[in-house]
Amino acid sequence: MTVDLDLDGIAAPPRSNGELVFAEPWQSRAFGMAMSLAEAGAFTWDEFRDHLINQISSWEAGAAPGECYSYYDCWLAALEQVVVDKGLVAPGALADRGEELVARPAGYDHGHDHDHDHDHDH
Amino acid sequence: MSNELTVNDHIPIALRTEALEQILVERGLVDPAVMDGFIKTYEQDVGPLNGAKVVAKAWTDPDYKARLLDNGTVAVGELGFKGPQGEHIVVVENTDDVHNVVVCTLCSCYPWPLLGLPPSWYKDPAYRSRVVKEPRTVLAEMGLDVPQGTQIKVWDSSSEVRFFVLPRRPAGTEGMSEEDLVPLVTRDAMVGVAEVIAP
Repeated sequence: MTVDLDLDGIAAPPRSNGELVFAEPWQSRAFGMAMSLAEAGAFTWDEFRDHLINQISSWEAGAAPGECYSYYDCWLAALEQVVVDKGLVAPGALADRGEELVARPAGYDHGHDHDHDHDHDH
Repeated sequence: MSNELTVNDHIPIALRTEALEQILVERGLVDPAVMDGFIKTYEQDVGPLNGAKVVAKAWTDPDYKARLLDNGTVAVGELGFKGPQGEHIVVVENTDDVHNVVVCTLCSCYPWPLLGLPPSWYKDPAYRSRVVKEPRTVLAEMGLDVPQGTQIKVWDSSSEVRFFVLPRRPAGTEGMSEEDLVPLVTRDAMVGVAEVIAP
């Protein structure tokens, strides 16, 4: 898939309408990963979207009354599933790495130097 | 299913995300700098102002409006607005008789190059299901009372078509220039859950 994104052309600032684009930093990373992989041709956007639709409909079918919906939870689950389906990542690797990160010593400082200075809006 | 994922619920989602990013970066499948570029673009550069420029031009240039309604993707491309999720834009015009409102019932399809990423209410299960069944009620709850004599059309965006509403130009703005009209046009008006209000 060719993503025809003109990064430099449209410099017009968006109007926020009072809402952050990403409520938490991990959401922006999950978004950036999906965009990067699609642009690189690792999967098509429609393939990702099919997984996203499945995750959303599964959540809707199984949600308890009053359970809080998180769109980006579905987004990440779709992304995990599509990279495994495409053979980019072994099924067990994500869980193994996740366990390693959980086991990191307390106080471990987030290792990336990304500029995550968002406020959380909810 | 050999590809079944075992997601461990006790791993916080931020760490699941970090785990995935670490593995993808180690394998050279994503470049963090490229990711940062996409994130910055949609946090800072692409947003509803683009759509507002399209609307203001359509209000002041009848030939452009005709082109916009005929082929939305091409007409917004004239103004330089193109990119992911902008491939199949269809523009629907609000009139005195018809009010249009857009939803994506299955997920979150939205014309990114014109409006940026969708707000949380657009992705919410309640909006996605209810606006189809009871649009007049949902719009009223969002602060828009559509007159009983006005028909409401609900458009379901998908990977094939992403709908964009051309709002009505408010009375009292006849003397305003295209440039002065732009700031009046809100994101919500271009999704169809609000009207444009004269200053």
